[in-house]
Amino acid sequence: MSTFMIRLFMGAMALFLAAPLAVVAGVSVNERKSLSFPPQGFSLEWYAQIFTDPGWRGALVNSFGVAVGASLLSVIVAFPLAWFLWRYHAPWARIVQILGLAPFILPPVITALGFLSFWSMAGFYGQPWTVVISHGIFFVTLPLVTLTLGFEAVDDSLVEAAATMGADDRTILRTVIFPLIVPYIISGLAFAFVLSLNEYIVAYMAVGFTVETLPIKIFNSLRYGYTPTMASVTVVFVVLAVLVFGLIARFGDLPRLLGAWRDDDGDR
Amino acid sequence: MRIKPRNASDYALIAFPAGMLALFFVVPFGIMITVSFFQRVQGAFYEPAFVLENYARFLSMFFAGILGFSLGLAALVAVICVILAFPFTYMLTRQSRRVQVVWLVFLLSVLSLSEVLIGFGWSTLLSRTAGITNLFVALGLMETPMSLTPGFGAVLTGMVYQAFPYTVLVLYPALSRLDPTLVEAARTLGSSPARSFFNVIVPALRNSIVSTLIMVFVFALGCYLLPQLLGRPSQWTLSVLITDQAIYQSNMPFAAAMAVFLVLVSLSFVALALLVGKREHTG
Repeated sequence: MSTFMIRLFMGAMALFLAAPLAVVAGVSVNERKSLSFPPQGFSLEWYAQIFTDPGWRGALVNSFGVAVGASLLSVIVAFPLAWFLWRYHAPWARIVQILGLAPFILPPVITALGFLSFWSMAGFYGQPWTVVISHGIFFVTLPLVTLTLGFEAVDDSLVEAAATMGADDRTILRTVIFPLIVPYIISGLAFAFVLSLNEYIVAYMAVGFTVETLPIKIFNSLRYGYTPTMASVTVVFVVLAVLVFGLIARFGDLPRLLGAWRDDDGDR
Repeated sequence: MRIKPRNASDYALIAFPAGMLALFFVVPFGIMITVSFFQRVQGAFYEPAFVLENYARFLSMFFAGILGFSLGLAALVAVICVILAFPFTYMLTRQSRRVQVVWLVFLLSVLSLSEVLIGFGWSTLLSRTAGITNLFVALGLMETPMSLTPGFGAVLTGMVYQAFPYTVLVLYPALSRLDPTLVEAARTLGSSPARSFFNVIVPALRNSIVSTLIMVFVFALGCYLLPQLLGRPSQWTLSVLITDQAIYQSNMPFAAAMAVFLVLVSLSFVALALLVGKREHTG
């Protein structure tokens, strides 16, 4: 494979991935309410609409509220689990680990339907807070994976040194381990946050008829035709995702987080 | 370093996550299985019973058609994605770290996009007024712009778009850990880059490729909106149908039975993928 062929192929894939986003970015600045590309005129009104139109602003606030709550909850559930799996030797704990990984591997519609039947049977169907718990559990996989990597990266000799000096488990956790895995907590939070913001089916089945998040609002509007605000929201979401993952890459080790081992990882 | 848990306070650590996952994942799952045996009540919701009629509906030709289409579509998406993503990921892991990081950020951003937004993006790109055919008209390739959606091509394109970043990220660990001396040896012995790719790298990662195929297949089975947004009702998949039955037809028992079936299909394929993946490590 020559360098030219590699560039051509990777360029073609970049084009494929960017094309729908580019067109959406184009139609989002149309002056009139029509779906046309190349855009006719230039206007940022549809971006302002996200904040000025009560319906869209409400959906934005809902989405952010759910995403903040759900990402915090997922980390709160994942942290003690990842710590336990790292600290103690207990084969049955693997079952809990598998439960933490399952929601992400199974088709999402299954988890969504499970929550729908659960919340309606418990009598809380449609309560706004149910979607926070649903997303918090649905996305627990992400902080679980990043935190497991984080604990594995902790240098054993540091822990031993602290133990020799007489620190108990909790002191070691607080003074030695916690500072080392803060980056992994943050990336777990960030992954869960971005995915919760974008998630549709679980949110829809849990609270679809009472709370409108942005993806639900866009889907509902799509059924009645096109509004340019959908395009501007899409662009905002893409920019937000690039920003969040870009920050993780800037302050963390993204290739390692995604499973690459570098040559200088001496212990492998 | 690991020790056996000694006392209640050690166990207390795992009690909270275990309890949360049991209450909010295992219990809903159990309820769903229970509901799949319930009796649907016309005009109302459902009532407790033990009937097999929700499962018996699987035996119809209509359902067999949907199942066959869903599995076939997911398999096609998986094959296309792996054919594209395997050489792509190989090239990516050979790039400088900086280039890799930029690509990973981009891939993660696309992967995290809501299916609603992907469906909207592609329906715009394939539309008559703002779509890609306007470009073809401008280039003189077509007479008049036309709409390319709804249709099978649109569904397939949208699903490949959604699954491609996932495929790359599943393949990324295996390919970035690949021993570079393998290729160097082949090259020293006079093999061309393309031949060493097909004769050395592909066979070395045969099991990874098979388990990735299965993982992407399960991922594509989970796609719940794109067939609805980009296709015709005849192109709806099992996941779409489950949503439709649960929300719009208010037939929870039938939706639950289909979901249980989908779980069984997915789990058996995931188990297969793990089995194949494990073989690679033992040689």
